[in-house]
Amino acid sequence: MSLDAATLRKDFPILDQVVNDEALVYLDNAATTQKPTAVMDEMVNGYYYKNNANVHRGVHTLAERATVQFEAAREKVRRFIGAKETAEVLFTRGTTTSLNWIARSYGELAIQEGDEIVISYMEHHSNIIPWQQLAKSKKAVLKYIGLTADGQLDLADAEKQITAKTKIVSIAHVSNVLGVINPIEKIRDLAHAQGAVIVVDGAQSVPHMPVDVVALDVDFYCFSGHKMLGPTGIGVLYGKRAHLEQMEPVEFGGEMIDFVNLQDSTWKELPWKFEAGTPNIAGAIGLGAAVDYLEKLGMDQVEAHEQELVAYVLPKLLAIEGLTVYGPQDPSLHTGVITFNLDGLHPHDVATALDMEGVAVRAGHHCAQPLMKYLDVSATARASFYLYNTKEDADRLVEAILATKEFFGHGAF
Amino acid sequence: MALSRLDNLYRQVILDHSSHPHHHGILDASTNQIELNNPACGDVIQLQLIVEDDMIKDIKFSGNGCSISTASASMMTDAVIGKKVADALEMVQEFSLLVQGEEPKNLDDLGDAAMLSGVAKFPARIKCATLSWKALNRALTEGKQTTVDGHLHRDEE
Ligand SMILES: Cc1ncc(COP(=O)(O)O)c(C=O)c1O
Repeated sequence: MSLDAATLRKDFPILDQVVNDEALVYLDNAATTQKPTAVMDEMVNGYYYKNNANVHRGVHTLAERATVQFEAAREKVRRFIGAKETAEVLFTRGTTTSLNWIARSYGELAIQEGDEIVISYMEHHSNIIPWQQLAKSKKAVLKYIGLTADGQLDLADAEKQITAKTKIVSIAHVSNVLGVINPIEKIRDLAHAQGAVIVVDGAQSVPHMPVDVVALDVDFYCFSGHKMLGPTGIGVLYGKRAHLEQMEPVEFGGEMIDFVNLQDSTWKELPWKFEAGTPNIAGAIGLGAAVDYLEKLGMDQVEAHEQELVAYVLPKLLAIEGLTVYGPQDPSLHTGVITFNLDGLHPHDVATALDMEGVAVRAGHHCAQPLMKYLDVSATARASFYLYNTKEDADRLVEAILATKEFFGHGAF
Repeated sequence: MALSRLDNLYRQVILDHSSHPHHHGILDASTNQIELNNPACGDVIQLQLIVEDDMIKDIKFSGNGCSISTASASMMTDAVIGKKVADALEMVQEFSLLVQGEEPKNLDDLGDAAMLSGVAKFPARIKCATLSWKALNRALTEGKQTTVDGHLHRDEE
């Protein structure tokens, strides 16, 4: 039995509103998800109204409560992703910051002139540019794994690109454009066989499917709170202890130090050595509440629900004349992310028209310009589903697309 | 239904310009040229002008954009060709007022471009309409580049 999305919607009051005279259908979940009342309550009532204080400093009661609440959130995240210990769970601003920290700190340690860093053509800009910068500063080589005709990672090419010179492989678990789920275990094996580490951009996977970092046996794993019912400004960098121990912090200041002398200082133990300055306390607590919410539903249920929606809507979309879906056409290879274009129409015009029908989708390059070039399109429209979306939402999307075609095709002016 | 609101944005004249844009293509030689993109959405315009005796003698645009940005570029080229540089720069200001929902003084000068006033009700699309005008502004005030292959690449701020 899968989720009862219609009932869940009551936890998301924002969904119950009219935009442009139509009931809102929110299908921009790959950009950010809505937040349930429980998350907002925990941040505002649970923390700000009762416990607001700085963490890890001061002996007074509120400081202690805030610290306990903050660290409890870290423990929830640890359990959620199956990490061995909270020392391996660093709070960051989001996936972007996590990836930048790895590139800056691990990259500093691991990369020499002539070494290779391997990513793929379907990466988000935040999993491209930190590596470009690293490659430039170290005179290293940045390589790209190609895609198959239907938009999956080309494993034969991965085998060619990952060589004895490769030190870091960084791949999205799920593409934010193609919705395709990448075979992380296979890439991990290729990387480890060459002595390279594997970094996983989990921004689009952790919110949508069960993820266990120990079972996956990856070196680093990154994700963002705001794409999994949590607030903005909080994210996670998971790293294996052995790597994190070796790495230098990227930022320095309060909270992360042990002893500060005039000329040098020593760092706190993990995970705090990386978390300089006052952290996003409310954000972490909100993320903890989001994890509670997702665990109560069960991530396998969330995944099954999205699977059901995609199996329902993808054939309907593919049946629309002149509509192209990018990425695999087989629903079982997809998360709830569906990227498409309508013949002869620019995706901005499509998105504006859908908005007038109450359907919120994204249009543009989705922070993946190399992928757009690879697909030979300048932009696309993207509908992305989540646990609170229903088949009615899927029907509304299909109807709105048909109405959009009609509007531009027959000129009802 | 709510799609009928789109009539305010996509009027027939606008759709005509976007499907058959005027002054679309590449000039063999130009006195001013610029490439400008809208990093938020990936739209990009290349604009070339021949300015002689303080007058826009010829203008062409190319690039990649939605129907609003393509139509706007087409209308803009119609509006400014043959105009004095100072007058064209004045029109940049007028157009900017227009799409923000204000009534410019010399609406008629804008020609078909005045049809884009409906964009004001679609705040997310104002940048689509203003991209070509911003490119014009830059090309006239700073984009003096005489080599045809040396595209200036700038992000819209
Ligand atoms: C695959 C992927 N990676 C990275 C990011 C960046 O996440 P954030 O903006 O939360 O740092 C996103 C989201 O936009 C994404 O979809």
